[in-house]
Amino acid sequence: MSALMHEPATGMEPVTRSGRRGGFFWTLLKDRKTAAVGLGIIVFFVLLSVIAPYISPYSATAQSCAVFAPPSVHHWLGCDDGGVDMLSELMQGGRISLVVGFAATLVAMIIGGGVGIVSGYFGGWVDITLMRITDYLLVIPDLVFAMVIADIWGPSLFHVIMVIAILEWTGTARVIRAQVMSVKERVYIKRTRALGASHARIIARHVLPQMGPLLIANTVLTVAIAIYLETALAFLNLEDPTVTTWGTILEHAFERTAVSSGAWWAIVPDGICIALVCVGCFWLGQAIEDALNPRLKIAHLSLTRWKIRTLAGRGTDAI
Amino acid sequence: MRRTDYVIKRALFALVTIFVAITLNFFMFRVLPGNAVTDLARVPHAGAQLRRALTVEFGLNKPKWEQYLIYLRELAHGNMGVSFVYQQPVSQLLIGDLKNTIPMVTVGTLASVLVGVFTGVLAAWRRGSITDHISTNAAVFAYAFPTQWLGLMLLIAFQDYLPSHGMTWPLAAFFPEPFWQHLGDVGEHMILPALTLLLTAYGSYTLVVRTSVLETLGEDYVLTARAKGLPVRRIVWRHAVRNALLPMVTMIAMDFGYIVGGALLIEVIFSWPGIGLAMYNAVTERDYPMLQGGFLILTVSVILLNFVADLVYFRLDPRITE
Repeated sequence: MSALMHEPATGMEPVTRSGRRGGFFWTLLKDRKTAAVGLGIIVFFVLLSVIAPYISPYSATAQSCAVFAPPSVHHWLGCDDGGVDMLSELMQGGRISLVVGFAATLVAMIIGGGVGIVSGYFGGWVDITLMRITDYLLVIPDLVFAMVIADIWGPSLFHVIMVIAILEWTGTARVIRAQVMSVKERVYIKRTRALGASHARIIARHVLPQMGPLLIANTVLTVAIAIYLETALAFLNLEDPTVTTWGTILEHAFERTAVSSGAWWAIVPDGICIALVCVGCFWLGQAIEDALNPRLKIAHLSLTRWKIRTLAGRGTDAI
Repeated sequence: MRRTDYVIKRALFALVTIFVAITLNFFMFRVLPGNAVTDLARVPHAGAQLRRALTVEFGLNKPKWEQYLIYLRELAHGNMGVSFVYQQPVSQLLIGDLKNTIPMVTVGTLASVLVGVFTGVLAAWRRGSITDHISTNAAVFAYAFPTQWLGLMLLIAFQDYLPSHGMTWPLAAFFPEPFWQHLGDVGEHMILPALTLLLTAYGSYTLVVRTSVLETLGEDYVLTARAKGLPVRRIVWRHAVRNALLPMVTMIAMDFGYIVGGALLIEVIFSWPGIGLAMYNAVTERDYPMLQGGFLILTVSVILLNFVADLVYFRLDPRITE
């Protein structure tokens, strides 16, 4: 009994816990194809962004070919309205888009995770107040709100990041809150409390590590939303006009007659990049959430049971 | 008794949210530091008389808290100020725009729900099959492509065959059309915007319906239905899908905000003269009263639609008491 009671304080637990967590992600990547593919896509684009300045064939801002030159051997993805090489522009745009996505997500996670933990752990009026605020933010239309704030603050990269962060922390706060509420009722937390651990210590050492996978799932999903929202804000002219992002590339294509010139190469690859990153994040995040949510697993299991149909050989007429 | 409790609770929440939105609207435009012109009376080319009238109307020379009360009072009378660009009352302009937005968004949303339910049920029904993979992955990608990109793609593909601009043919204002012809005209112009909305919104419904149907297919009453020997088509559509569609109501409600944002981008691309385009123009022309009014109208509509969805959900699922 006394050995059990000492367990949380001896430093044994963090080791086993981190071991288990590493195991969680390893099994996840092995078991779920979408998780591995999603992670692969994200890693690919992150690496590409890091090495972009060294491998991009031309300047991402200066003219290097004819206006709206179609794809050719020298310019694989053609050129835009200013005669800028699209491939180089896409690489540069990806850098900034990913930075916006990750930075906004980081801020959103800090706010959302913090609100979720405080709200779930302490409960009471703190919880009620914080949850009401998230309820209101969830109802107000995202893009319209973002558009108004971004317009009032003025177009800049920093403002875009902050606007997205302010909008996107609510979902995380709710998920984390629910999880914290269940974790804090577990016996070992109560035991630690009884042993005299402070709230701060319990949150930092025992609650926060439990949130790891869930926070990562949310982070990944939020990155997709942030990148998506950035393209929308850029499209509405609310992005810093001097930077190139995947959003501003679309905006330029729209405003500078790429459509009527039939210059699909100025539009198509950009959308594919955005969609790929978003799908990658979605697959990875969804896979982690699925693995964490036993309810879905049960549903899937019961469905597998229904697959008797192949055995019964009744074709499409049986479930 | 519980029923009235629930309705009252939701109504109160909607009211408080609207109040918060109104306050936020005041706060963002008049208190928050930034580029916003805090002076609603700064209508360009306005005579001294209009300027004075607006200053008095909104109490622009008074302290902030008093301005807030005046703002509430004027809002209660439907007064949202005067557009800098059009020099007309904002409320009139925006209500006209809203009338153009609603049909397009309604058609697009209904279509996306239909497509989403159909593909979702199909995917769940044939779980693990090639149909499931195609349907699910198509939904994920449709969901991930930016709305404006989908719109631009449709423009490139169909600009020669379908009207890509505005809501009626350009001279409609000068040569009034008979009603049916006008309806056909608007319908033709609506195809591309509504199709874009369909593409951008249906994916999330497919995924939700799929998960939801999978869950209901594992329920005991489905087992019972199967044991009774009911035909599969009937089990899926009558027993599983009907119950699986319940979460859709909340889902659609949660999506209103998202749809409004999507509609905004779509209106910009296809120059659909709705409230989204009006707000976009307000941003480019620095027309703050229009922007402020547009934000308020859109936010309040989303809140009200959410309230309606709550009531519908309650009606559909009597188990809800909270």
